[in-house]
Amino acid sequence: MGAQSLFEKVWNDHIVAAETSETPAVLYIDLHLTHEVTSPEAFNVLAARGLAVRRPDLTLATLDHSTPTVPVKTLKELDLLVESSAATQIRVMIENCAKLGIRLLGFDSDQRGIVHVIGPELGITQPGKTIVCGDSHTSTHGAFGALAFGIGTTEVAHVLASQCLLQRKPKTLAVNVQGRLQPGVTAKDVILAIIGRIGVGGGTGHVIEYRGSAISALSMDERMTVCNMSIEAGARAGMIAPDDTTIQYLSGRPLAPQGRDWESAVRRWRALPCDAGARFDREVDVDASVLAPMVTFGTNPGMVVPIDQPVPAGETASFAKSLAYMGVEAGKPMLGRPVDVVFIGSCTNSRLSDLRDAAQVFRGRKVSAGVRALVVPGSQAIKKQAEAEGLDQVFMAAGAEWRESGCSMCLGMNGDTVGRGQLCVSTSNRNFEGRQGVGARTVLASPLTAAASAVAGRVADPRQYLRG
Amino acid sequence: MEKITAITSRTVVLPSTDTDTDQIVPARFLTTTTRKGLGKALFADWRFDRSGAPVADFPLNRPSAQGCSVLVAGSNFGCGSSREHAPWALLDFGIRAVVSTEIADIFRGNSLKNGLVPVIVDKATHGWLLENPGVEVTVDVSARQLRLPDGRAVEFPLDSFSRYCLLNGVDQLGYLLSRSDAIADFERNRAWQP
Repeated sequence: MGAQSLFEKVWNDHIVAAETSETPAVLYIDLHLTHEVTSPEAFNVLAARGLAVRRPDLTLATLDHSTPTVPVKTLKELDLLVESSAATQIRVMIENCAKLGIRLLGFDSDQRGIVHVIGPELGITQPGKTIVCGDSHTSTHGAFGALAFGIGTTEVAHVLASQCLLQRKPKTLAVNVQGRLQPGVTAKDVILAIIGRIGVGGGTGHVIEYRGSAISALSMDERMTVCNMSIEAGARAGMIAPDDTTIQYLSGRPLAPQGRDWESAVRRWRALPCDAGARFDREVDVDASVLAPMVTFGTNPGMVVPIDQPVPAGETASFAKSLAYMGVEAGKPMLGRPVDVVFIGSCTNSRLSDLRDAAQVFRGRKVSAGVRALVVPGSQAIKKQAEAEGLDQVFMAAGAEWRESGCSMCLGMNGDTVGRGQLCVSTSNRNFEGRQGVGARTVLASPLTAAASAVAGRVADPRQYLRG
Repeated sequence: MEKITAITSRTVVLPSTDTDTDQIVPARFLTTTTRKGLGKALFADWRFDRSGAPVADFPLNRPSAQGCSVLVAGSNFGCGSSREHAPWALLDFGIRAVVSTEIADIFRGNSLKNGLVPVIVDKATHGWLLENPGVEVTVDVSARQLRLPDGRAVEFPLDSFSRYCLLNGVDQLGYLLSRSDAIADFERNRAWQP
């Protein structure tokens, strides 16, 4: 076999039956993550056909999407905290997992959290694995050199019953990011700039591999932010080659290999990076050193500008509709626009380093009068770590709300929503119309920019709020 | 799954580009435990105003859209979330094929597994369809062709396996389960265990 890319190595290592002109490949799945929203109909399919879960040991469930971000003491009180349909969905998940022998990190677990936050945190997300979940942000796990992608509910049933998926081999896109980031410019700004560059459909049909000095310099938390939003460029998966940073992160995590298994896993992981001479179907180069903090101005993540630049003009009716929805005019900057809500959380930016970034801005400052700021940690473990560092005190002293973990205001399924016409600076991943609530206007940004905007009461440049 | 050979229908045209699955089915309708009855949630925030009344000039609300089962949509239709509720809602509403220049990957895969036919055409054909809403077209799954009223037949990509599954109403889970021995062999013989 010739020189192979990271993606090709992982793909080839999981082929149960090779692709032919007539049939797709049968691809083995090493880890199936699942949550309450996209699984119920898959469990219905299994029940209707009398099928068992083939590998409950490779399946891990949590509650995150329609889950309250206030403490749930007993399941009886769920109906008081979320809509009754959401409460039913959560109860159905608990019942299905119990019945089928699937490990569920539920309200009684201090390991519960957003599905894409807990996999890495527990060390069950590992280089070289195939990982799927009924959630498009499964691309997050690619930060470890796993091939990880979102699937629909029919495919959730496929994996539950067979531990495999039928797949056609995607194309590859290398995004080479070189150079050093300026102060105040983060991984979130890098991925927003990449999406702005290639467009929301630019990665369709491709798996992205992020490469280059700027990517190698990122922490695992930051790499996850980058890979998380691959789907916002249309790519089902984004990957980063495992290196010392990856291995250091995983070492000692509860579900990572231990002892002799760890040594052999590390040897295997070291062989995963792209071979010299491997070819990609497409390549894009990005200079990280010239990037500024980025903010979105429209209703998809590709409609993004450097914070100090004016909103560009567009020619299409969709572009005009998008600006009208946002109440934004071409030629004027986003900087300085009044803000109603700030959301710091989601599978994109709810990890400890994100909370530290936000706290750095909030420390000794107040959330501007009239602004609602919500800080939602990605997992119960992160919540605990943040509290041990006193970050919760910083947020609350500033006047921000500090919550239990969950998807929360990223998609507003659990009652955490943004009001009609309100502008929310959000660290989440989608600024689609109505994503955070009917009529809500979303500006995607980094935790630094979001926190600075909460303090200013307006879309603010975080570089003016950095100390030292 | 129902067998699909060809779909003949007038088109309904939704020209917006990058229509994401949050528009197709807003997240607040996802607190359900079944795929049934999602047609009422289809494009809920575009179809209905804040009082819940239908928006008269929204394409799917126009009288001419009655009975149309082919949706012509702007490019990159179905981007965003993996929610299969999107094709479920379209099918429940009566849409059986989506025509665009580009259809997002996960949405496309979900559609094929439910008998909603994704039809990707060239820009010129697409442009003509956008400008001529309501024309009668045939989506011929067997021939992998979109046939237009002027007699033109435009080829669209559909891999052999998906075509076979649509034509024969084959459910792919059955196919996967028929490979159980190969899956067990793979599990036994692989170089490492997850």
